[in-house]
Amino acid sequence: MKKNKKKILIEKPERKKTNWKLVGELMHGYRHYIIFATISVLLSTAFSYAVPYVTSFTLDYVIQGISTSTPKFLLSLVESLGGRDYFVHSLFLCGIALFFFTAMNCLFTFTRRQNIAYASEGMATKLRNRLYRHLEDVPYDYHKHASTGDLVQRCTSDVDTVRRFVHLQLMEIVRTFVMFILAAIVMFSVNVKMTLISLAFLPFLTIGSFIYFKYVQEYFTGSDEAEGALSTMLQENLTGVRVVRAFGQQKSEIDKFTKLNSTYREKTYKLIKLLGFYWGLSDSVGYIQIGLSLCMGVIGVYRGTFTLGNVALFTTYVAMLTWPVRQLGRILADMGKAGVSLGRLDEILSAPVEQEPGKALSPDIKGDIVFDNVCFGYDRYNDVLDGVSFTAKPGQTVAILGATGSGKTSLVQLLQRLYVRTAGSITIAGTDVNDIEHGHLRENIGIVLQEPFLYSRTIMENIRICAPCSTEEDVYFAARTASVHEVIENFEQGYETLVGERGVTLSGGQQQRVAIARTLMQKAPILIFDDSMSAVDSETDAAIRKSLLALNQEGITFLISHRITTLREADNILVLENGRITQQGTHSELIHQEGLYRRIAEIQDAISEGGNA
Amino acid sequence: MYIEEQDFAAKKIDWNVWKRLYRYALQNKKLFFTVIVALVVVAAIDIAYPLFTKYAIDHFVVPKTIDGLGAFALLYLALILIQSSGVITFITFAGKLEMAIAYTIRQDAFLRLQELSFSFYDRTAVGYMMARMMSDTSRLSDMIAWSLVDVLWSLLYAIGCIVTMFVLSWKLALISLAVLPLLAFISIRLQKSMLKHQREARKLNSRITGAFNEGIMGAVTTKTLVREEDNANEFNELTGKMRQASIKSALVSASFFPIIMSLGAVGTGLALTLGGQGVLNPQTALIGALTAGTLVAFISYCTQIFDPIQQLANILAEMLGSQASAERVITLMDTKPDVTDSAEIIWKYGDILDPHPENWEPITGNITFDHVTFQYKSGERVLDDFSLDVKAGQTIALVGETGAGKSTIVNLLCRFYEPTEGEIRIDGTDYRQRSQLWLQSSLGYVLQTPHLFSGTIKDNIRFGKPDATDEEVMLAARLVHAEPFILQQEKGYDTEIGESGARLSTGQKQLLSFARVVLKDPRIFVLDEATSSIDTETEQLIQNAITHILNNRTSFIVAHRLSTIRTADRILVIRNGKIQESGTHEELLRQHGYYYDLYTQQFCEDRTAESLGTAKQEEEND
Repeated sequence: MKKNKKKILIEKPERKKTNWKLVGELMHGYRHYIIFATISVLLSTAFSYAVPYVTSFTLDYVIQGISTSTPKFLLSLVESLGGRDYFVHSLFLCGIALFFFTAMNCLFTFTRRQNIAYASEGMATKLRNRLYRHLEDVPYDYHKHASTGDLVQRCTSDVDTVRRFVHLQLMEIVRTFVMFILAAIVMFSVNVKMTLISLAFLPFLTIGSFIYFKYVQEYFTGSDEAEGALSTMLQENLTGVRVVRAFGQQKSEIDKFTKLNSTYREKTYKLIKLLGFYWGLSDSVGYIQIGLSLCMGVIGVYRGTFTLGNVALFTTYVAMLTWPVRQLGRILADMGKAGVSLGRLDEILSAPVEQEPGKALSPDIKGDIVFDNVCFGYDRYNDVLDGVSFTAKPGQTVAILGATGSGKTSLVQLLQRLYVRTAGSITIAGTDVNDIEHGHLRENIGIVLQEPFLYSRTIMENIRICAPCSTEEDVYFAARTASVHEVIENFEQGYETLVGERGVTLSGGQQQRVAIARTLMQKAPILIFDDSMSAVDSETDAAIRKSLLALNQEGITFLISHRITTLREADNILVLENGRITQQGTHSELIHQEGLYRRIAEIQDAISEGGNA
Repeated sequence: MYIEEQDFAAKKIDWNVWKRLYRYALQNKKLFFTVIVALVVVAAIDIAYPLFTKYAIDHFVVPKTIDGLGAFALLYLALILIQSSGVITFITFAGKLEMAIAYTIRQDAFLRLQELSFSFYDRTAVGYMMARMMSDTSRLSDMIAWSLVDVLWSLLYAIGCIVTMFVLSWKLALISLAVLPLLAFISIRLQKSMLKHQREARKLNSRITGAFNEGIMGAVTTKTLVREEDNANEFNELTGKMRQASIKSALVSASFFPIIMSLGAVGTGLALTLGGQGVLNPQTALIGALTAGTLVAFISYCTQIFDPIQQLANILAEMLGSQASAERVITLMDTKPDVTDSAEIIWKYGDILDPHPENWEPITGNITFDHVTFQYKSGERVLDDFSLDVKAGQTIALVGETGAGKSTIVNLLCRFYEPTEGEIRIDGTDYRQRSQLWLQSSLGYVLQTPHLFSGTIKDNIRFGKPDATDEEVMLAARLVHAEPFILQQEKGYDTEIGESGARLSTGQKQLLSFARVVLKDPRIFVLDEATSSIDTETEQLIQNAITHILNNRTSFIVAHRLSTIRTADRILVIRNGKIQESGTHEELLRQHGYYYDLYTQQFCEDRTAESLGTAKQEEEND
């Protein structure tokens, strides 16, 4: 079932439209960086164009004494400085101008990247934080059906795709257009006909680039798929290495691998060949364009309509333009990818978060818990709980016995409001749980799950995670109550042992007991143990229960277990069968009734007394 | 225990590692030298372009004539065509070289992985091997092929530029290139610093991935502990750090290009000033006479020479960055298998690539463990002076706690490990006197968690005997009662089962893995039983399948569900690498020892579960 869900999650969003509202929201607070970056692009492009102009000016005006190619405003400025003679004697001024313009180009190139780095990193940080918080705030049900791998993938690589796009390519689009427009303005102002000739090939190059990068996607996919197949086969071989060896199938595995390895090689080679032809051909188009400008320029000079400086200027500008134009198609292809990633992230962010169904009060949680005719189902057709009623008073221990699927876990989840009941009422000290703010409610109900999750930090930090101000003594006390203090002390690093994903793996029983200690630190008036001592042996189980009882005399404790010895001392035992309470009472009451409780008690009794084999 | 994914932060380039890897490139001499020739042509033409501009200026523009322009244009066009075919050639051939290198490294490494012993697999995570085989290899082949291109082009181009500049005007060249050494120095420094910052950001990035993973996996716990706020705050702190590191890294790389270019502009400015004087006042100029065309060409060279310098710095930095990948791949290739066959044995019995089954002696199935001791290289002793005699056709069950040594006994039997002391005899001969494949071809092995391969159901059953006919496959499936569920599948035996059998239930996978063994018809059968129970109906089916397989074969069962082994000829209770109790089911029960306790406990659990009924699986427990 999970697998299908994952598939839907992966396939559905592919064709989703980019949510520009999300982009706007994420960019909020960073817009000024984008504006600064755009200004930087303008300035750096202008200065980069000024550099060949200096050469052109030097060649025409200073060296050859031709003033026709120099714009009027510059000419009057030059004249006011002392005209050509001045420059002939102070040629170093041209050199300095060249250096200065380059340096300014560099400065603004730097500010462009700097601003875009602030913008893209800021945006990525915001996006990550929002995703993390959102995933914590979505209802319990969301996580039950989601695939961790898929979510992590989206939160990391999709965020990175979006970040990279903003960081590397957003400004590249702006830059290409600015470059083109500025170059066109300058060139047109010099010579319209020559400009048209010099830019003649650019539209073809642009269109070619679009077509090519669209086409090349297919080859990329082909290569990716071949790589995926190779990697899957490898993974299967390595995880199944025992089977391969035991069946003596190394040779056929090597054959299989060789086939996939060479398919991958061929597919990727095809892709690279395509790349090679594109770069080679577009290179030649670029150079032909430059050559055309050069030859036509020469003819222009011969006819007196063009100058040496103009030739140098035009060829340089054309050379400067061809590279970004060739890349344009790629940028647009990446933009498409970023859009898809954004759509996938938006899907996470638009999942509704947990709602407060009622008044969101924070009342005192000390008092009776009353379940009155409570019904619940995950969907409309299947009731998991069907008219459950019972009362638990402070100081009582309520035990629940039932088969897998009888609704035990749902019952305690309704109490914590991880799910909202469909009918009936649940009250704590007279307040409907739906009216209690969920944080307040859960802070006052400690729960230990059968397979508890420990965070990737030290045992000490894990136990005091809900009570950061507690002393080490408090932690030791909780650990002793959970019969785990000694075990921890015996670890090489004691309480400083790192557990969880990056640390050592504790056994099931140890995990359960650390989780019990952690829950005790919550000092909640209501405690729930959802089969949370299943991996602990009966003696330790009894010891833990004894110390718990002493600790939680005023509160209410729920125990879910299959062990009669665990259940028998409870003040009230509920027997759940198919979502209904079929029996209710103390051990001595239930043991004298015909029913499930007695049947199980008899089996377990018979065996512990050691008769049967 | 596992080899950790470490960030080998290389400080220096270890040329020996690269030399070894370049041997892979040299295996493809034709490709290698074609790339070099194409690069020489391309670099030469790249150098020639400014000379063309110079010629055009000096011969057409300045004298204001167009005589010979046609021939000039034609020559220029020809050069462009040669160059673009050069570019196509070197890109395609370098690509081919890259793929050839990756292919060969992967083949070699895979072959090595097929030979490596289980001691290697036990301490190495699959993810680690995957990373070596896939990403590290890609990165390396990319480096080897394209660094060749980049280094060669950059060197040729830089040297060509410098030489041409010196030929055009050695004085001007000397002056305008004065900044070059400084530039090279700064380039390398900046590249190194970039690398350092990138590494920092990458480290933080993997921590963020970990945090997401934990946040999502522990979401429910976080909810019940009401830790949302605290977790989010801690996460924000982490992303804040990431942001700072990324910005720092971005700023360093953003400053790289501007610094280089500004420095370069000093040279260009000098060239313009002094060169301009050379054109204007040929007599008085510091550098002597210069034509306008030469000046234009010179300025071209001055702006372009920084490109190859940057490239070279970049490659050195990248080599530093992939040093770790290179070392890891080489380490994998250098790992030696613990269990090997001697040369004589290979000569007689063959190896995995070329087995000689015609020389294999048939196996009856008598097995003897003769004072076998096994300890890991770490010194941990798992099995201590263990002796056992098994007659052909007997069923032996192994019972005991995790880590008691049951799996080691089975692994030794399969020769996945070899005894440190003592010997294991099959039909009276020490199995080290035979090849590994000899034993393993007569071995049936079913794992705790059945492992299937992607492909069809038929392919999977046929795994141990690729030449089996369809009839044989169906017969095997029928014998283990797998046929009913197979026929229910969309395409019957030709149904694709998905990656590792993802589309099947555990019970179905188990049945297929039994069918696979039945088809192979092994003399020795090993069953490493699943710890978790499956639903009663499937369990019954599996029970029947096992009974069928055990028939007539020497069998070892590592048992968790004791109900499976009541009929075993002998049950061994293993504790701390030794046999603690031994006998049939009835004998052991009478002893009232460990086996007795274990059996009653399981019996109790089973009966409780039975009484509670096998209600439909609660949805949250799927």
